Amino acid sequence: MQSQTTYNYKVVRQFTIMTVVWGIVGMLVGVIVAAQLVWPGLNVLEYLHFGRLRPLHTNAVIFAFGGCALFATSFYVVQRTCHTRLFAPGLASFVFWGWQLIIVAAAVTLPLGITTGKEYAELEWPIDIAIAIVWVSYAIVFFGTVATRKVSHIYVANWFYGAFIIAVALLHIVNSAEIPVSLFKSYSAYGGVRDAMVQWWYGHNAVGFFLTAGFLGMMYYFVPKQADRPIYSYRLSVVHFWALIFTYMWAGPHHLHYTALPDWAQSVGMLFSLILLAPSWGGMINGIMTLSGAWHKLRTDPILKFMITSLSFYGMSTFEGPMMSIKSVNALSHYTDWTVGHVHSGALGWVALISIGAVYFLLPRLYGKTEMYSTKLVNTHFWIATVGIVLYIASMWIAGVMQGLMWRATSADGTLSYEFVESVKATYPFWTIRLVGGALFLVGMLVMFYNMLKTIAGAKAYNAPVVAPAAAHA
Amino acid sequence: MEEVVNNLRTIVIVLGLLCFVAICYWAYSKHAQAGFDEAARLPLADDDLPASPADKEGMTNG
Repeated sequence: MQSQTTYNYKVVRQFTIMTVVWGIVGMLVGVIVAAQLVWPGLNVLEYLHFGRLRPLHTNAVIFAFGGCALFATSFYVVQRTCHTRLFAPGLASFVFWGWQLIIVAAAVTLPLGITTGKEYAELEWPIDIAIAIVWVSYAIVFFGTVATRKVSHIYVANWFYGAFIIAVALLHIVNSAEIPVSLFKSYSAYGGVRDAMVQWWYGHNAVGFFLTAGFLGMMYYFVPKQADRPIYSYRLSVVHFWALIFTYMWAGPHHLHYTALPDWAQSVGMLFSLILLAPSWGGMINGIMTLSGAWHKLRTDPILKFMITSLSFYGMSTFEGPMMSIKSVNALSHYTDWTVGHVHSGALGWVALISIGAVYFLLPRLYGKTEMYSTKLVNTHFWIATVGIVLYIASMWIAGVMQGLMWRATSADGTLSYEFVESVKATYPFWTIRLVGGALFLVGMLVMFYNMLKTIAGAKAYNAPVVAPAAAHA
Repeated sequence: MEEVVNNLRTIVIVLGLLCFVAICYWAYSKHAQAGFDEAARLPLADDDLPASPADKEGMTNG
């Protein structure tokens, strides 16, 4: 069997290792900005100010950590479920190196203050062009592999990954339309409230397609694999996939409640955000119920713990999100730390935990092993991370509601009861608790890094043989 | 012109809704069930754990 062709695990390995590395970098920057809020004296040098490090944190955790996790898992899943080698392996390598270069470019330009000022789309136009080129290459590799599949079905995970790839290309290209005035400065092609609407159409769909559809693709492969059970309802996966696709695109205006955006557009955004609860919970229920009849596996398998807990956080944050999009709730929550808590319930709880679970699944398989160096350390990581998330989001909920109430409180004579700085002062204890929670999550990642090094040490890179699909007629 | 664009918007929304209803109808039809069962088994029927150490010697090429 020496001459048998093997799956392309090389690019999967590269992206998997960089997931852990960029996760640590991005979360470290997060811990630094959290510390800067507690101790403002830490804002040393203009390059390391909160305002410059904060976009570095968001870009690093979303696009470097989350991005690498999505590249790694999608390249693995599409090969295994299509029973064929990756299409255009040279282009796949280009995607890896191109993406790393873009991350480095972000890490250099953002602290230098080179930014478009659009949230989650801060990178300037030369980097935007590079992202578009790498992304199109990614699409060619992914869809090329799907097109050359050896089975008739396209497994549902690939539908989610495919939707993520197409939608992100569309969002990035439309929102990045800009007029360059110099090598490092450009202005948006849209003006005024239109620019705000395009930005939040992009921003919320980045949540919907990058941070949701992509990671649901991950969930639909790795949860059934790790639980060794088929997905609870394949039919539900089809229906909630299309429901998500048809609904997410409309939810963006909820970021612009009580702004210059026309009222009817705000209401449309709120309505579609409320509708989103149904398809979101469809995915959550489908994932968790996959374990039905096999709950005992949760006791002994920490990787499954990561995955099922991530689905619980997904369910929580996709309930919280629609509630926060209701205009009267938003009047209290907007611009407060409640939003920050909500985002991290999704980002740490859902996105990071499912990615970590998938990486623990992949690492041994990419090095010819059956399990991680230490399953005990995986369990330790799980508990440190979970306690960290709970501290983080609980403190931000309390801080956010408190801020919202203080800002709107009026005295009998109609004047505001509190000055803004009083709400800042009252928030310090909660920012401290948040710092502890974030630091714990980072410690968990360091435990993972150690476990990864020990798993890889002395092991040879392994590329599994391409297997013919099992006989279809059961 | 504006009227044409607005009519197009309405048509697209109605078509989108009909399309989604049709997908639901199809997904819940008996016809689709067999294919779904087969597709759901796809990742499970694929054994991705490395076999015995001797087997994998030949596969280690970076």
